[in-house]
Amino acid sequence: MPGVMAAAQRSDVVVEIGGLPIRLRCDDPAFIRLIIERYAGYVSSSNDTGFEFDIELAPPGAEPRDEDVRVTWDSGRWLMERGDFRAEWNPSASRGRIQQTSNPYSLDSVLRIVHTLLLARKGGFLVHASSAIRNGRAFLFPGVSGAGKTTMARLAPPDATLLTDEISYVTRQDDRYFAVGTPFFGELAHAGENLRAPIEALYLLAKGSENKIEPVAGTDAVRGLLGNILFFARDAEFVKLVFDAACDFVSRVPVRRLTFVPDSRVWELIV
Amino acid sequence: MSEKRYVARSTAIASRVLGDETMVMSATDSTLFTLDEVATVIWEAADGATPLEEIVTKKVCAQYDITPEVALKDAEVLVEQLAKHGLLLLSDKPIAQPASLPRETP
Repeated sequence: MPGVMAAAQRSDVVVEIGGLPIRLRCDDPAFIRLIIERYAGYVSSSNDTGFEFDIELAPPGAEPRDEDVRVTWDSGRWLMERGDFRAEWNPSASRGRIQQTSNPYSLDSVLRIVHTLLLARKGGFLVHASSAIRNGRAFLFPGVSGAGKTTMARLAPPDATLLTDEISYVTRQDDRYFAVGTPFFGELAHAGENLRAPIEALYLLAKGSENKIEPVAGTDAVRGLLGNILFFARDAEFVKLVFDAACDFVSRVPVRRLTFVPDSRVWELIV
Repeated sequence: MSEKRYVARSTAIASRVLGDETMVMSATDSTLFTLDEVATVIWEAADGATPLEEIVTKKVCAQYDITPEVALKDAEVLVEQLAKHGLLLLSDKPIAQPASLPRETP
């Protein structure tokens, strides 16, 4: 089978999320196969990649250190570090390098960081939220762990297309916002559909004894959104970009609080 | 009479007026602050060149029914708090505002 042989010998793969193809290179074909499997639905045949990363795997058995993620800008490059990976990325050269364990979730984290940095300059962001498309329009459900992101995804009716149960990808085009599917999943343990739709509304989740929707405006809306945006870089310019992105978003997209009982009737309100 | 105090917004912040309030985010530690209507007036007038006392008399007292003495006392407390969080700069001399240059776009 030529296709299988070709895959077995590959040393690179292009993962395209949010319309941004990133080429990943690694000397270990087994890890490339792992990436192809992990990012199924997001592997692209595009040769026109915006960025490239060389991945170096730590020797088997290397124990990752228990550290929080750190993202810093230094001498024209972004440095991204956690106990299980160390990466650097030079945006001007469109190239980067990742040193990590063979755990694909380390790569997941690096990709999330890179996308947050890229999106910020375009008025977009990644947000801890499940999202789905219904009737051609996207709905976002941000919330901290336990707020009900995965529950909303599990309760979605058959006519809803799930974009993610964990990390939603928000892009801005002129004055419109779009939600894009991501391979970043939570408890649901499978990637969202690689689709895109204009965002109709954002619902801040709260579990309660009845289903109800209340408008949220102004500073409360910004605070609710910012509290869920993925925010890795403690960099002054980046913080300003994310803050502006959140303020612009809430001025154009309705933000509401969705208090819900965890059963399928909640989706009767999401139309 | 006390010495003049000048106040200027830090460059390490992001802010946005939303309705009558202003949301301010510290760019150094991402902490969020919400300024009420009166604090927003002082915030917007904090240009580093206008003394706080003048901001209070010409902006705050002109819009709100409050005596200059009480308004100045409240304003002093406010600017001290904001300065403590790094959102405002305080000085007994006018404060020059540096221009910030954008970083190269990836």
